[in-house]
Amino acid sequence: MDDLYREMILEHFKNPRHKGLISPADIDYAEDNPVCGDHLHLTIQLDDNNIVQNVGWDGEGCAISQASASMLYEGLIGKSLEEIRIIDKQAILELLGIDLSAARIKCALLSLKVLKAGAYGLTTWPGDED
Amino acid sequence: MTTIDTPLDVEAIRKDFPVLHQEVRPGMPLIYLDNAATSQKPLRVIEKMNDYYCRYNANVHRGIHKLSEDATLAYEGARKKIQKFINAGSSREVIYTRGTTEGINLVAYTWGRANLGPGDVVISTAMEHHANIVPWQILAQEKGFAIKYIPVTEDGFLDMESFHAMLDEHVKLVTLMHVSNVLGTINPIQEIIAAAHSVGALALIDGAQSVPHLSIDVQELDCDFFAFSSHKMLGPTGVGILYGKKEHLETMPPFMGGGDMIKRVTLDGSQWNDLPWKFEAGTPSIAEAIGLGEAVDYLSEIGMDNIHAHEVAITGYALERLAEVPGVRLLGPADPALKGAVAAMVLEDAHAHDIAEILNHHGIAIRAGHHCAMPLHQRYEVAASARASFYLYNTPGEVDRLIEALYKVKETFAV
Repeated sequence: MDDLYREMILEHFKNPRHKGLISPADIDYAEDNPVCGDHLHLTIQLDDNNIVQNVGWDGEGCAISQASASMLYEGLIGKSLEEIRIIDKQAILELLGIDLSAARIKCALLSLKVLKAGAYGLTTWPGDED
Repeated sequence: MTTIDTPLDVEAIRKDFPVLHQEVRPGMPLIYLDNAATSQKPLRVIEKMNDYYCRYNANVHRGIHKLSEDATLAYEGARKKIQKFINAGSSREVIYTRGTTEGINLVAYTWGRANLGPGDVVISTAMEHHANIVPWQILAQEKGFAIKYIPVTEDGFLDMESFHAMLDEHVKLVTLMHVSNVLGTINPIQEIIAAAHSVGALALIDGAQSVPHLSIDVQELDCDFFAFSSHKMLGPTGVGILYGKKEHLETMPPFMGGGDMIKRVTLDGSQWNDLPWKFEAGTPSIAEAIGLGEAVDYLSEIGMDNIHAHEVAITGYALERLAEVPGVRLLGPADPALKGAVAAMVLEDAHAHDIAEILNHHGIAIRAGHHCAMPLHQRYEVAASARASFYLYNTPGEVDRLIEALYKVKETFAV
């Protein structure tokens, strides 16, 4: 458990990066995790080459879901939609660097799910795609 | 050792529940505080079902053989025990379902579909479990009636003034929970049922959180329907009860079609079986129904009034200790005499899931989330809450451990 709430996660949870929606946004998508009521809303501005210029997000939820959003979204700036597309479940787990029980894995993956649904219309949970 | 004023011999009761005697991890004995989600089962309930499978497993109502006769006797005997437990006038008014959700859906899909239409109003409440919101929303789309919700006050009670103002001849049904699974509020259902009847409406009560904890008399309540689940009252999963007044059940169309619910079938049409079997299509959960009968015996032997007194004492102690923890906001009534054995809380800066995770590390099982009551959490502008819920086997020492663990949560999140 000490691992689960390791410092970096708590730090991002308490001081989330890029929190606050931006407007106008090229990508604007929100979703809930119905199991626990976590909520994430993501807005992204792109340049003409589909490179992420700016990111803003809002949300409510547990430390895992919110830290995951803060860490993932912070890293999007400067990346192209093509580069972002390859981010997968494993990448998120490595980003967080913790072992998650089955019950908590969706908390960690909601950020990626919202990103993929907003950017590419992919609505399945990361890792559940065929 | 902390003590509370309880009529129960809790240590003796705990011996009846095998699951309670384990360590979740070394040095961390299980503290089970998730009883509003599901209760644990006494050994005799488990053995009763085992006995059915080992000695007289057979289908009910059909076979002309010893095992089937024994199974039918036990299955129907359990129904009579349940009838007595809720003081229904007849065992024909006691329908086996899969649980509370199915009971409410049964009323929606049979009585509701036959009796509701444009211009009609169904009144529910803003504190309902999704099981008593969604079936009516689905049916309203099909039939075009309106749903109104009784608002909930800041301190967790129904706004009765608003309710009385909603009542007129358009109201056909008032459907609400007896006890809130989040706030714990014991709603004034007797007053609400009488008010519904005064405008010619029927009343459906979701008793999922009341039958396990309070003495229930459906005739005294005068409700038209009353639904509850076995698994929250020491019985197995997969079975529940819908009580309905015979006058309604007799005129209602059947729910599901199939075996056991018919008297006679021809290729041109069918004739429905008598109550209660008209609503029990297909092979039922036989072992589970028999297990529920045993759970009812167990609860009756201890006495529902004693169980309630214990719960008021332990909930009162928990609310008192929780109020001492800085940063904890409790949802629902503060007086334990006015609520079920539930303490739902929000801890500033720590999400309910994180609270549950850290408590789990200390062997404590609670529920975190919206507890299938999203509109209620929207009402209080919280995404989720952490809920500790108690039953007859919980001790004040366990409450103490809960409080200690909450301080660990505060440490981790520096709340």
